[in-house]
Amino acid sequence: MQHGKYRFIVGFLAPPLLVYAVFVVSPFVQAFQISLTDWSGLVGTARFVGADNFVRLWESEEFWNALRHNVYMLALVPLVTLALGLFFAFMLNVGGRRRPNQVVAGVAGSRLYTFVFFLPQVISITIIAVIWFNIYNPDPDDGMLNSLLDAVGLEGLQNAWLGEKSLALWCISAVMVWGHVGFFVVLFSAAMASIPRDVYEAALLDGAGRSHTFFRITLPLLWDTVQTGWVYMGIIALDAFALVQIMSVNMGGPDGATDVMPLRLYLTAFRDSQYGFAAAMGVAMLVVTMAFAVLTLRFARRERIEY
Amino acid sequence: MGSTSARNDGDDGSTPEGGRGRAGHGRRELLRRSAALGLIAVPATGLLSACATGGGGGGGDGATAPAGEKTEKNPLGVKEGAPLEAFIFKGGLGDQYAKDAEADYKATYKADVKHTGTQQVGPKLTPRFAGGNPPDVIDNSGADHLDMNKLSTQGQLQDLAALLDAPSLDDPAKKVRDTIHPSTVEKGRHGDTFDVLYYAFTIYGTWYSQKLLESKGWAYPRTLDEMVALCGEIKKAGIAPWTYAGKYPYYVHFNLFAQIAKIGGMEKWTAIDNLEPGAWTSNDAVRQVVEHYEELAAKKYFLEGSQGLTHIQSQTAWNRGKAVFLPNGSWVENESAPTTPDGFGMAVGALFDGTGDAMPHGTLRAEPSEPYIVAAKGANPVGGMELLRIMLSRKHAQNFATKVKSLTCVVDATEGMSLSPGLASASKVFKEAGDHLISLQLQEWYPALTDEKIGGLTGQLLAGELKAADWIRKTQAEADKVAKDPSVTKFKRTA
Repeated sequence: MQHGKYRFIVGFLAPPLLVYAVFVVSPFVQAFQISLTDWSGLVGTARFVGADNFVRLWESEEFWNALRHNVYMLALVPLVTLALGLFFAFMLNVGGRRRPNQVVAGVAGSRLYTFVFFLPQVISITIIAVIWFNIYNPDPDDGMLNSLLDAVGLEGLQNAWLGEKSLALWCISAVMVWGHVGFFVVLFSAAMASIPRDVYEAALLDGAGRSHTFFRITLPLLWDTVQTGWVYMGIIALDAFALVQIMSVNMGGPDGATDVMPLRLYLTAFRDSQYGFAAAMGVAMLVVTMAFAVLTLRFARRERIEY
Repeated sequence: MGSTSARNDGDDGSTPEGGRGRAGHGRRELLRRSAALGLIAVPATGLLSACATGGGGGGGDGATAPAGEKTEKNPLGVKEGAPLEAFIFKGGLGDQYAKDAEADYKATYKADVKHTGTQQVGPKLTPRFAGGNPPDVIDNSGADHLDMNKLSTQGQLQDLAALLDAPSLDDPAKKVRDTIHPSTVEKGRHGDTFDVLYYAFTIYGTWYSQKLLESKGWAYPRTLDEMVALCGEIKKAGIAPWTYAGKYPYYVHFNLFAQIAKIGGMEKWTAIDNLEPGAWTSNDAVRQVVEHYEELAAKKYFLEGSQGLTHIQSQTAWNRGKAVFLPNGSWVENESAPTTPDGFGMAVGALFDGTGDAMPHGTLRAEPSEPYIVAAKGANPVGGMELLRIMLSRKHAQNFATKVKSLTCVVDATEGMSLSPGLASASKVFKEAGDHLISLQLQEWYPALTDEKIGGLTGQLLAGELKAADWIRKTQAEADKVAKDPSVTKFKRTA
């Protein structure tokens, strides 16, 4: 049965790998190649310009501004999202009142909550952006958020939201958090379910409260999952293209206050017809993303706990 | 639009309503892919010869395009039965008017016409131009339009001189060139070559409800000062004097830039279009106009929250009588039709007088818009020009006016028709303006400068966060930056 085994495997693997190489890997490699040219994207010819695009990128205030916003999001969005995800998952699985015959239980109605949290995950990001854009509509009668504030007597908090320079980026970040918390609730719930009950039992017998249980048992045992979630969420925060492109005022405004790297890339390529420069931005984004992922995986390492 | 109207009618393209926002690949893919790179980079290298930038050529060019017999009925020599492909921007004006013209083409030349209506002309057609197989006729409009300057310098646009010199469809004794507005011919040039046909005319100005003004006994102001005074009264009546599309601040520029040109004169505006040093700071009209807007902002004459509204939302607020005035273009009547109440009496007013104006009262910004181009390297450029000739007939110009409530470049095509209120008002101010028409190039040539950079400053100015002097200083700095940037193609106008 060993005879020709490898030929068999290669025969089956070759077509998908070939498709992958042609349609995924080769454009990828070409992006590097294009980033060294002044290709406009409109004709089939381009001049080789060496590292000029990268020099321009280094000196481009707009790109640094966009990168800064991505970094702000990177610092805040994963932290808030994962913290909320952990908190909700804990409450849904372990944080409830103890009932007879059960060691740990979630709060009442936890199944419904799980469903509600997960809902944004099944809606397309575009639809989410449009919905939230209308929630943030500054009109005091049409804007959901403003009319809600009015209804509860907080007119003082009414705002132009996305039109407000100091708030716009955080309004968009909030949508990002809202859209992803549900996924992590489900992910962490699944991870918590695999923690043996007797560990909790022992802790409870020793008189541990909810917060002790969480910080001393749940979190350490979930660390691997949290770390993976962190990388995943960080990469989402380094993107943010769809939300910013649809929601922001004047494409990354007001006055550049919500600009992000992928939007810069998009405008450079499709509005300014500078594909070479845009490809250089893509390469820079790859570097930033990879650096983040490597550093996270490198420094968040802890010893594994077997259970 | 050059970009101007392009952006406008097109804006729905740039808004969520247009349903865009193609998020690229999730960046998380990067991790997987780069891992894969190491894995298969070696076998893949052989495939790289099919490189993105290696294409080009391939398509037909004018020389090998199908040609038919030139006859009186067929002055351009269209080949019967040769298929035609049209790519029409489907924004504020829809694309039915183009389909109607295509139907006539189909009937006359017994040829298939492949029609695509889209809001993403640029992204969809860029690869086709790069690959050498562009469609024949393109309505290059909308926020995502193709860069015509680049296309023109790279020889992708068909010279339309043959179309201008062809006899018109209605009267063979008249050339097409004599039936269309001279500014259309002027604006459609790149250098000496006429290669863009701006089919429509967009009238820009201050839009209002005639009914509302009459019911309150207000008169449309003649001067900037009168405007400020009237705004005070309007505010006392509990209505916001102005609103604007804060999400797209270039809507404000439709009037702001034109007002500068009216007061300071076209010569000084030309210096601005040409990015000359000090063009903004040395022009006193800039100071007058920007200070006027600063005053409106300081006195809170803008509907609260306007800085976050889309064009649709601002038009809706205006339709509902929450605000009196709105800077906009003549597509607004068609675009806001669903929210316009009966008897709204939509009307447009020309530019205001300042002090020491270079141009007389009644001066109007009217721009040729909806840029139609014919691809030089398409399969059937002659057919493309013929379709434009059909569209320039009186029948189709009137059809356009009826369907989308907008003027075409065909002179006096709407004589004797009964027009909708907004279009009637636009025709009226257009007539009154006579030769005093303003046409601006800045947004068309340097959209990154006007929309993103100056737009950001204007947004702050109208939100009361920026002083006029700072707006002027920063705008000048941004213009200087573009002037020094070698990666931006520069243009010059002489008049």
